[in-house]
Amino acid sequence: MLIEFDGVSHAYDEYRFAVRDVTVTLTERRIGLIGANGSGKSTMARMLNGLVLPTSGRVTVDGLDTARSGKEVRRKVGFCFTDPDAQIVMPTVAEDVAFGLRRRGLSKAEIRARVEAILARHGLAGHHDHPAHLLSGGQKQLLALASVLVTEPDLLVMDEPTTLLDLRNARMIADLVANLDQQVVMVTHHLDLVRDFDRVLVVDGGRVVFDAPPAEAIDHYLQLMASPR
Amino acid sequence: MSAAIGLYRPGTSLLHRAPAGLKLAALVAAGVASLAVRAPWEVAAVLVGLALGYALARIPVAVAARLLRPVLFLLVPLAVFHAIVTTWQHAVVVVGVILALVLLANLVTLTTRSSDLIDAVVWVVRPLRRVGVDPERVGLLMHLGIRSVPVVIELAERVRDAQRARGLTTSVRAFAVPLLVGALRHADALGDALAARGLDD
Ligand SMILES: Nc1ncnc2c1ncn2[C@@H]1O[C@H](COP(=O)(O)OP(=O)(O)O)[C@@H](O)[C@H]1O
Ligand SMILES: [Mg+2]
Repeated sequence: MLIEFDGVSHAYDEYRFAVRDVTVTLTERRIGLIGANGSGKSTMARMLNGLVLPTSGRVTVDGLDTARSGKEVRRKVGFCFTDPDAQIVMPTVAEDVAFGLRRRGLSKAEIRARVEAILARHGLAGHHDHPAHLLSGGQKQLLALASVLVTEPDLLVMDEPTTLLDLRNARMIADLVANLDQQVVMVTHHLDLVRDFDRVLVVDGGRVVFDAPPAEAIDHYLQLMASPR
Repeated sequence: MSAAIGLYRPGTSLLHRAPAGLKLAALVAAGVASLAVRAPWEVAAVLVGLALGYALARIPVAVAARLLRPVLFLLVPLAVFHAIVTTWQHAVVVVGVILALVLLANLVTLTTRSSDLIDAVVWVVRPLRRVGVDPERVGLLMHLGIRSVPVVIELAERVRDAQRARGLTTSVRAFAVPLLVGALRHADALGDALAARGLDD
């Protein structure tokens, strides 16, 4: 899918821009966003599904303006947050997955079948009626991901999906993402996760300061972090 | 862990299969009928009936007992008080009725998925649609409420641990302020997640 940022700025308050004057066109299957805390990565990521709208400029996804066609955009764009506890909105595993399938005109049997299938694919098959809060941290993130993927988005945006996880679980999420058919935009501090991506953007002070294949982008970012402010 | 959370024990008994609405209605009816109980033998009969219900649903005694523990703190002093001030028969009736109602409510939650209970409530509030209540919203709010309880409990535990680590064990404010801030932050994040998952679309 074609993602376009056209002269995009965003300010949460009148003093500072969280994102300023970003113009990029993204078509690659695997796109990474890296940068320091507060550099504007989450703001950019949230613009991809219209959760944050530009103060000026325009974001389009597959030709749809996120400001004017938010609903259509969110049907195409799945979003995975850092903290699965905030993302899991239903008390039990199956209910949470089914939540995303509401109002899609599916029969109960169809919903059940899709939920079963996606849970099996994410190693949660036996946890159908399990209360979500009894899952481990890694399982919660798997559930959050399953609940997004069950809606079959064309683009998956992930904002630091592994920041709260241990290495083993982070690896597991990375492997899962590697095997997805979808286009993926991932914000992360786990630089390993974007090493085999197609393109990595380095964000600093609300701007895209470097845009290259992963190896060079990661080098640039490490240098940027090593240099004094 | 709070009583309403994760209580459901999957099963196939008659009680598990009974419609949630029927079980809720029975609970309400029992509440009304409890006002008519006068004699200790009536209480005994009801408790025997409940024991059979638990057996039918294959709920282990340990589970039933664990769920009763919180109310015992209330019931034991109440029994003693009534036995001293009135008669032991009266004490048995008062405490027995409360015990029976709690046992029944627990039995309903143990054998009913919370989503089925909520569906039943949503069905009941349907007529309120005419005065502008969206039953589906009511159901969603109940789900969100149930889901948020363990999240907030966990948050409270984290705040308490942090407080202990800093040696401020008695300050109410040092507990309440971060808890409130954390809860508001969670509500904010939950709102974002709901929007991202197409709640209002
Ligand atoms: N909801 C908000 N309200 C006000 N300021 C915000 C909000 N979210 C982020 N910011 C500010 O915007 C800037 C960029 O934040 P963010 O996009 O979250 O960065 P990152 O994800 O790279 O850490 C930061 O200075 C942050 O403090
Ligand atoms: Mg961020």
